[in-house]
Amino acid sequence: MSFLELSGIQKSFGPVQVVKDFDMTIEKGEFVSFLGPSGCGKTTILRMIAGFETPSAGTVLINGRNQNELKPNQRNIGMVFQAYALFPNMTVHDNVAFGLKIAGMDKSAVDARVKEMLGLIHLDHLADRYPYQMSGGQQQRVALARALAPKPQVLLLDEPLSALDAKIRVSLREEIRQIQQQLGITTVFVTHDQEEALSISDRIVVMNAGRADQIGTPFDIYNKPATRFVASFVGTLNLIEAKVVDPATNRIIIGDQQITLREPLGSSAKAGDKVSLALRPEAGSIAEGAKGDTALTGAVVSSNFLGSVIRTRMKVGDAVISFDMFNAPGLMPPAVSEIATLRFTASDLLIIRE
Amino acid sequence: MKTQKISAWIAVFFGASYFIIPLIATFEFSLRMRRGEYSFDAYRSVFSDVQFRESFSYSIVMAILTIVFGVLLVVPTAYWVRLRLPQMRPVVEFITLMPLVIPAIVIVFGYLRIYNSSSYIPFTGSARGTDLLLMFSFMTLSLPYMYRSVDTAMRTIDVGTLTEAAQSLGASWPTIMFKCIFPNVMSGVLSGAFITFAIVIGEFTMPSLLNRPAFGPYLQLIGANRAYEPPALAVIAFAITWGCMILLQLVSRFSKSAPAKP
Repeated sequence: MSFLELSGIQKSFGPVQVVKDFDMTIEKGEFVSFLGPSGCGKTTILRMIAGFETPSAGTVLINGRNQNELKPNQRNIGMVFQAYALFPNMTVHDNVAFGLKIAGMDKSAVDARVKEMLGLIHLDHLADRYPYQMSGGQQQRVALARALAPKPQVLLLDEPLSALDAKIRVSLREEIRQIQQQLGITTVFVTHDQEEALSISDRIVVMNAGRADQIGTPFDIYNKPATRFVASFVGTLNLIEAKVVDPATNRIIIGDQQITLREPLGSSAKAGDKVSLALRPEAGSIAEGAKGDTALTGAVVSSNFLGSVIRTRMKVGDAVISFDMFNAPGLMPPAVSEIATLRFTASDLLIIRE
Repeated sequence: MKTQKISAWIAVFFGASYFIIPLIATFEFSLRMRRGEYSFDAYRSVFSDVQFRESFSYSIVMAILTIVFGVLLVVPTAYWVRLRLPQMRPVVEFITLMPLVIPAIVIVFGYLRIYNSSSYIPFTGSARGTDLLLMFSFMTLSLPYMYRSVDTAMRTIDVGTLTEAAQSLGASWPTIMFKCIFPNVMSGVLSGAFITFAIVIGEFTMPSLLNRPAFGPYLQLIGANRAYEPPALAVIAFAITWGCMILLQLVSRFSKSAPAKP
C-alpha cells in the first residue's frame, strides 16, 4: 500500500470540471511535482489533499486513512504557500512555534523544536524579527520551517518559489530538496516551471486540462514524452509532421527526404498515414564531424548566437526544425539560406501518438 | 511661489479662526462664572454635580459595552464576508450604511414599536432591557464607521491564505480568529472603537427617547437651564472628542510602522 493514494478524484466548480478521474499513488519519502499550465487543476488537487477543497468524487488516503471526512486542521499536513502567509503580528520564533503550541507541546519542547527548525533553514539569528523585516526568500524559508515544525505526515508546496527572483529561486529549490531528503518527508510540489520540476523531483505529474497526461521520472518526462502536450510543455521541442512510407521497415518521409525510425510505427500504421514526430533541439548538430545515423538536409532560416549556444532554424520540407549547438571556438554560425545537413540519432526522433 | 504660499496660509488662518474663535469665546465664557475674574468654577460645578458623574460614567460603560459587542459582531462578519461570502459584500456594505441615511429618531421609534413592554421581545419593560436595547442602538449608529475601519484593516492582510496557513497548522476557528486575524486588524478595531466612543458619549436622541441617564441628554438639560456650565460641558465634550481623535491618529501612525502585509 502506498503512503498517499488519490483514487478517482474529480472536482467541479459549478458546471466546470477542473479535475477529471485523477488516480495516483505516492510512496513515503517521495518528492512528486505537479507540473502544468495555469488552470490545469494541479493546485486544486493539492488543495484537496490539504482539505481546503472537497473532492466531488474519489478519495484521498494518507497512510491508509481516508482524509475526506477530516477537516484541514485535523490532517497533520504542512503547507507552504506562494504568498508566504507568515502571521504578520508574530516574530519568526512565534510563527514557527504556532503549530507546536496548538499541538499542546510544553514551552521548553517548543523552544527546542523552533531552534532546531531555524537551524535547519540557517535563520536561527533572525528568530526575533518580524516577517516585514525580512526578504522574500527568508520569509519563505521561515514558512517552510513553520510547516515542518509539527512533523507533518505530508508536506505540500504550492508554487513556493514563484514570487522570488531567479537567483533565490534556484538556491531555495536546492535547499528545499536537501531538507526534504534529510527529513525523508513525503512532498507534493506544485509548479508551472518545468526547470524547477525537472531539477528537484523524484517523479513529475504533467497535468493538462484536469488530467495527468504523464507521470514519470524527470528523465522519462523529458526524453520520452507520452503526449503531444507533454512534449511541447516540457522543454523546447520540434514537432515534425511526416508520412509513413513503409510501416514494416519504419520508413517515413519528411518533405522529400526519407529516413528510418528506430521506434516501431505500430501494427495499425499504413503507408500514407500521417505521423507526428518530436525532436529535441539539443539532439542534432550541423557541425562538421557531428555524429548520428540519420540526416536531414535543408536551408538555414535563421541563426542566433546566444552565448553558450547557437540556435539555428532550418527548413526541411514544410517543417522548420530548430536545434542548438554548444558554442565552440572555430564553430561559425551558419549563414541564412546556407544548405546544411542536420545529423542526429534515429532513436532521438520520438513518435507522438496522442 | 512665495505669494502662493502666503495666500495658502491666509486661507488656513481664516478657516481655522472660523472654528477656533467661537471655541475660544466658549472657553472664555465658561471661565466667567465668578464676577470680575476668571475661574474654573463652572468646571468645578460640573464635576461636582452627581448627575454629571452618573451620566458620564453611564455613557462610558455603555461606550465600552458597545465597543466590545460591536467588535464581536463586526470583526467576524467582515472576516466571513471576505473569506467565504465575497458576493455578499455589497449587501453588507449597504446594510452598514443604513444608519447614516435613516435618522436616529426613526430608528428609535421603530425600536419602541417593536420592543415595547407589550411586545414579544419587551426590551423596554425593564431598565436592564432598555440598557441592552440602547447598547444595540449605539452599535447600529456606529456600524458604518466600525465596519469600514475593520474592513479596511482586513484588506491589508491576505485573510484567505492566513486562514489556510493556520488551519494547516492545526488551528481551530476561535484560534484563527483571536490569534491570527484580530491582532492583524487591531488598528482598524481601535479606529472604529474611538469613533464609537465619541458617538456614544455625544448621542442624545436614542438615550433621551429610551429615557436612559446618558451624557447626551444631560448636556441638553444643563444647556437649557444653566448659563456657565453648558460652555464648560461643551469644552469638556470637545476635549473628549479631540482626545479620541489624537488616539486615532496615534493608532494609525503606529499601524503604519507595524507589520501589515505578509
